[in-house]
Amino acid sequence: MSDTHQQSIGYVRDSMIPESEPPLGEAGAIKWMRANLFSSIANGFLTLAALTALYFLISGFLPWIVNGVWDAPSIRECREILDGKVGGCFAVLTERWNQLLFGFKYPSDIYWRPALAFLLLFVAIAPVLFSKVFPKQILIFTALYPFIAYFLIWGGSILIPIFALLGLIVGYLVYSRFVAQSFAAGFFGGIAAALAFWWITGFIAVDGVLAIEAVPSRDMGGFMLNMLLGTVCVSLSIPFGIALALGRQSDMPIIKWICILFIEFIRGVPLITLLFVASVVLAYFLPPGTNFDLILRVIIMITMFASAYIAEVIRGGLAALPNGQYEAGDSLGLDYAQKMRLIILPQALKISIPGIVNVSVGLFKDTTLVSVISMFDLVGMIRGPILASTEWNGVYWELLGFAALLFFVVCYGISQYSQWLERQLQTDHK
Amino acid sequence: MSFMTTLSDPPSGSFRLSMLINDTRYRSYTFQFIALVIVIAIFGYLGSNLFANLRAAGLNISFDFLGESSNYDINQTLIEYSSRSTHWTAAVVGILNTLLVAFLACITATIIGVIAGILRLSPNWLVRKLMSIYVEAFRNVPVLIWIIIIFTIMTVVLPAPNAFRGDNATASMLFGAFAFTNRGVYLPAPVWGPGSLIVALVFVASVIGVFMYRRYAKKLLFDTGRLLPMGWPSLVILFVPTLLVFFLLGRPIGLDYPELKGFNFQGGIQILGSLIALWWALAIYTGAFIAENVRAGIQSVSKGQAEAAASLGMRPNRIMNLVVLPQALRVIIPPLISNYLNITKNSSLAIVVGYMDIAGTLGGITLNQTGRAIECVLLLMAFYLAISLTISGLMNVYNKAISLKER
Repeated sequence: MSDTHQQSIGYVRDSMIPESEPPLGEAGAIKWMRANLFSSIANGFLTLAALTALYFLISGFLPWIVNGVWDAPSIRECREILDGKVGGCFAVLTERWNQLLFGFKYPSDIYWRPALAFLLLFVAIAPVLFSKVFPKQILIFTALYPFIAYFLIWGGSILIPIFALLGLIVGYLVYSRFVAQSFAAGFFGGIAAALAFWWITGFIAVDGVLAIEAVPSRDMGGFMLNMLLGTVCVSLSIPFGIALALGRQSDMPIIKWICILFIEFIRGVPLITLLFVASVVLAYFLPPGTNFDLILRVIIMITMFASAYIAEVIRGGLAALPNGQYEAGDSLGLDYAQKMRLIILPQALKISIPGIVNVSVGLFKDTTLVSVISMFDLVGMIRGPILASTEWNGVYWELLGFAALLFFVVCYGISQYSQWLERQLQTDHK
Repeated sequence: MSFMTTLSDPPSGSFRLSMLINDTRYRSYTFQFIALVIVIAIFGYLGSNLFANLRAAGLNISFDFLGESSNYDINQTLIEYSSRSTHWTAAVVGILNTLLVAFLACITATIIGVIAGILRLSPNWLVRKLMSIYVEAFRNVPVLIWIIIIFTIMTVVLPAPNAFRGDNATASMLFGAFAFTNRGVYLPAPVWGPGSLIVALVFVASVIGVFMYRRYAKKLLFDTGRLLPMGWPSLVILFVPTLLVFFLLGRPIGLDYPELKGFNFQGGIQILGSLIALWWALAIYTGAFIAENVRAGIQSVSKGQAEAAASLGMRPNRIMNLVVLPQALRVIIPPLISNYLNITKNSSLAIVVGYMDIAGTLGGITLNQTGRAIECVLLLMAFYLAISLTISGLMNVYNKAISLKER
C-alpha cells in the first residue's frame, strides 16, 4: 500500500522555494494607503476632502503662528511690526501673563506663593494618582497639602491652618477611640470633637502671629481662580457625593427622600442659577451682619452642584455591584458601616472612577462660569480688564486661543489619565 | 435543638428606650428622626435669617412685580412684546427664546454628533483621526469659551452692513439672498399668499405619506421577505405632490429678499449674531459628546450580530439599518437625552452674549430693575426644573418601552 503510494507521488517537490518579496502593492506604505485611505472610491473622495480641509486649516494657522509678534507694548505697535502681514499678536500673552494666571489684584511680588502651591499640588496628588510608583509616605504630605496651600495662597497667620489641622487630628483621635464600639459613635464623636476644638481656638487672637502677607479672597483671579475652584470643589464634593449616594440607596425612607430631592433639584437647574444664588440671594439667608466672602459662597454652591452629579455616578457604581456582594457582607456578620467600608465602596468606587473623572473635568470647565457673576477668572480677565484696556483692545484670537489651550491641556491630561487608570484597575480577564 | 431556637429568637420583652440605639430594628427610626430634625433646623435657621434680613431691609416676598410694566426692549421676540408689556410677558419671551435656541442646537448637535460618531469608526485613517481631533478639541475646552469665540467671529470678523453698499462694496450677498453682517445673518423670508395653506397641508400629508410608505415596506419585508426600494420613492412622495400643487395654484408662496436700505438691511429674516453664536457653540460642543455616545453605542453591538447578518446574505447598509442600529439605539438614546438636557441648561449662558433668553430677561434685566432677587431666581430655577423633570420623566417612559425584554 505504502510502496505504491510512494511511487505515485513522484511529482511532489522535496525542496522548499525560498520566500519571495510580497508584490509591491501589497506591502509598506502603498498597501497601508490602499487599505486605510483609498479602500473604495467613496473613501478616496473622503480622503481628498479631509486633505483639502486640513490644507486650509494649516495654511490659515501656520503664518498666523509663525509670523506672531511676541514682544510689543500694545496692539498698535504690534500691527506696525507686522506691517500688513498675517500674524498673531502674542505679545499680549508675554505682557499680561501675570494677569491671565493670577488676576489683576494679586500682589505681584508674591506670585511665587501660588506658583509654589501649584507645583506642590503635583507632589501631593502624585501618590494618589500613581499609587504603585510613589512610596506611601508621601501620602502624609498629601494630607498636609490643603493647609500648606491655604497658607501659601491666602497668607496670614500660620496659626489658622495649624489650628484647622489640629482640630482634624483631635477629631481623628476621638474617632479611632470610639470606632471599635460603633462607627456612628466614632464618626459623630469625631466631628463633635473637631468642632469643639475649632470653637475654642476661635477665641485665640491669631492676627499677626507668625504671619506672612495676607491676600483677601476677592483678589484671587485668573487661571489660579479656576484651578482653585476646580480642585477645592472636586475634592470636597467626593465625600459629600458618597454620602448622598449611600443615602439615596438607603432603606430609610426619610433619608432616602431627602437625598433624592436634593440630587434631583440640583441636577435640574443650570449651574448659572446656583451662581446667581451665591452672588445675590445667599446673603439673605445668612444671619444679619455676616459678611461672607463671595469666593466661599461660590465654593459652597459649586460643591453642592458637583456632589449631586458625583452622587449619581457613585449610585451607578453601587447599582452595578451584584447583590451577592451585599449578601456576602451580611452573612459575614458585618454591620452597615463595615460592610460599606470594607466590601461595597472599594468596588463601587473603582467602577465609578471614569464617571467621577468625567464629572470633575466638566466641573473644571464650568468654573469659567464664575465670570458671569463678575469674578475675574481666566475668561473674566480676558473679557474684562484685558480686552477693555486701550493697549490690547481687539486682540481676540490670541487671548481666547490661549485660554482654550490651557483648558485643553488640563482636561485632556485628566481624561487620558483616567483611561490609563481604567486599564490599570482592570482585574478581570478580557 | 431547643437551645438553638432560644438563641435565634428575637429578644422577647417589651420595648425599652435603649433599643432606639442598640436594636437594629429601631435604630433606623432614630437616625431618620435625627436627620429630619437637622433638615428642619437648617431650613428654620435659613428661613428666620431670611425674614430678619427682609424686615431689616423693609422688603417682602411678593410676585406683584410680574404684573408691572417692564420698561425695557428685547431684541428678539417671538410673540407680541414692547417695553410697555409686563415683566411676565418679558419672562415668557425669554422662555420662548430659550426653547428656540435649545431646539435648534439639539437638532444641529444630533446631526453633527451622528456624522462624527460614524466617521470615527470609518475605515479611512485620515478621517478617523480628524474626527477624534474634533471630539477631543471640543470636549476639553469650556463651552463658554466656544460661545465667546463664535460670537467674536459673528461680531468682529463679519462686515458691517455698510460694507455692502456702493460700487466699491467690500462685501457681497451670497446668491443675492443671504447677507452675513456683524448685526446678524439676513435670509429671505417666505411670503404667504392665498392658497399657501393648501401647499403647506399637502407637504405635511406627504411627510406622513413617506412614513406610511416606509412602514408598509418594512412590514412587507418582515412578512414576505420582498424588498421594496426605499430611497427614491420616499423622495418622490415627499416632493412631487407639493411641487405639483405649488405650481398648479400659481406659486402662492413667495420670498421676501433682504435689501440694503439706509444703514441696515430691511426685509427678510434677521437672525441675531448672539443667537447664532449660542446655537452653533452649543451644537458643536455637545455634538462632540454625542459623537462619543454614538461611537460607544455602535461598538456595544457585538461583532457577531453584524457577522450573522452578513452570513445571511444581507447587504452592508441593511445590516446597519436592520441589525446594528436598532440595538445601538438602546445604548445611544439615554445619554442623548441627557445631552439635550445639558444643551437646555447650558443655553442659560446666553447672558454672556446678550441673547435674551429666560436667564437674560427674568434673571438679568428684570432682576436688576426690580431688585427682586429671591423671586426671580426662584422662578428661574422652577422653569429649568420643570423642563428637566419633564424630559427625564419622558426618558424613563421611553427607557421602559425599549429596554431589553428579558425573562
